[in-house]
Amino acid sequence: MDDPLIIAGREFGSRLIMGTGGAANLSVLERALVESGTELTTVAMRRLDSSGGGVLDLLRSLGISVLPNTAGCRGAAEAVLTARLAREALDTDWVKLEVVADEQTLLPDPIELLDAAERLVDDGFTVLPYTNDDPVLARRLEDVGCAAVMPLGSPIGTGLGIRNPHNIELIVARASVPVILDAGIGTASDAALAMELGCSAVLLATAVTRAQDPVRMAAAMRAAVEAGRLAKSAGRIPQRFWAHASSPAPDA
Amino acid sequence: MTVLGGGVIGLSVAWYAARAGFPVTVVDHASPHGGSWVAGGMLAPITEAWPGDEDVLALGVESLALWPGFAEDLDVPLNRTGTLALATDPADNEVLDQLHAYLTRMGRSATRVTRRELRALEPGLGPTVRSGLSVPGDLSVDNRALLDALRAACRHYDVHFTEDAEPPTAVSGVTVIAAGAWSRDLHPALRNVIRPVKGEILRLTARPGTLPPPRHTIRAHVSGRPVYLVPRTDGLVLGATQHETGFDADVTVGAVRDLLRDAETVWPAVAEYALAETSAGFRSGSPDNMPVIDWLAPDVIAATGHHRNGLLLAPVTARRVLSLLREGAPPREGGDS
Repeated sequence: MDDPLIIAGREFGSRLIMGTGGAANLSVLERALVESGTELTTVAMRRLDSSGGGVLDLLRSLGISVLPNTAGCRGAAEAVLTARLAREALDTDWVKLEVVADEQTLLPDPIELLDAAERLVDDGFTVLPYTNDDPVLARRLEDVGCAAVMPLGSPIGTGLGIRNPHNIELIVARASVPVILDAGIGTASDAALAMELGCSAVLLATAVTRAQDPVRMAAAMRAAVEAGRLAKSAGRIPQRFWAHASSPAPDA
Repeated sequence: MTVLGGGVIGLSVAWYAARAGFPVTVVDHASPHGGSWVAGGMLAPITEAWPGDEDVLALGVESLALWPGFAEDLDVPLNRTGTLALATDPADNEVLDQLHAYLTRMGRSATRVTRRELRALEPGLGPTVRSGLSVPGDLSVDNRALLDALRAACRHYDVHFTEDAEPPTAVSGVTVIAAGAWSRDLHPALRNVIRPVKGEILRLTARPGTLPPPRHTIRAHVSGRPVYLVPRTDGLVLGATQHETGFDADVTVGAVRDLLRDAETVWPAVAEYALAETSAGFRSGSPDNMPVIDWLAPDVIAATGHHRNGLLLAPVTARRVLSLLREGAPPREGGDS
């Protein structure tokens, strides 16, 4: 089934976007990325060695597009500067915009985020903001011209899954850009749920890189994203309180 | 022969080779950011283990067994008290459970210890420490005393030291590339294999009236962030961050803040210690975290890519390089670099 993910006019065959942090070593990361089938992977601009032999080379050799992110930025000014450095260094105007409020929760700072998003869009960037699971904020981000919105399931690195599925559904219901579930995925069922809620893609890193067997978990996530997408488009049955026999009734 | 690099690997290789009768020159720029000068000095393959790094664990264990003899030959004292790996919250505790289960599967011994047992072993541990993993077999060494001893041992066997790298083509005999993270620029075969992995690390000294440093090497996860404290006679070494940002040698404010905050959780007395040194060094990363110890060309051997384990792997590396030298280069050009 040809069902590409389209962000800002670019097509991707995989709906799983990966991050790179946390793997035991580059070889493990390489095998996990290949197994995940990802075509787009985010790397922290502040943790980047463009001189060779590192993550960037690995992604290029695998033919995976690089999505620079502004991880570690605490305000709009810092994030805008980091995005511009990324554009220069990596020759891409795509950016995963992260503006976090504090180190302990790593939750997005909504006011700084919206400000940075607007300035970057005005500056010609294709902006994919990491945002709270707030339908209003998601809408505002879309209004200022973001190419996608990326609400969290739960805080970064927690593996707590999707804590407010209804908010994700609300965001999906009103969005006219792709909604990408970003952060909080712990295991495959979380990724499948995100897709069943109507998300266009899932972004995850730790759930794979820190799993006991990252390559196997990458395969699980790939399958989960595909399964969730299929289930969503297949049209699930209504949930009933009482049993309903699946074999025909005698007089039917 | 010529050894490029005067860190722990270069010096160990030079010492072994000179002792075996090879005339040796060491080319050393004495960078203040060399991995072994900046390092903490843990010789701790067991607590360093993680799924995916099985080869590193096996090689580390092999080298650890060589360390007592290596240190004795150099007359360098080892701390044999062992390592305690600690957790400070329930998730970190689960990570220790996973590490313990993994080590058990790999046939390595480590004992799960309670908070009460930990505080009996190290009364200075902070009250929020939950539980730990005790690895009695791990060692640690004062890395700078070790480097001094290696240089002395090299001089004893008439190793010549120079800062000027002669062009490799002009050098007759074998060249050993042991320049850590800088090795990648010394041979095309290392170009996309070796990469610098930055680490920031602090040196703290105890002051009158402060609690003495721990006896064990302390490793901890504090809200998922790894931190270690390696005792010295006069204080401790506190490390370390890990970033891949090329040869950026700055120590950042955030790194110092994070390291101190996490160390204070584990060992509250550090707040009264003197902050004696902040430094940044470059580990020599490789794709699988395993060192490259092999012929690259008929007259070039690589001994680099030791990543976090340069000190630990020095004896096994020196031994392997010596046997490569004795066997001579493989008949066909190339080796399997």
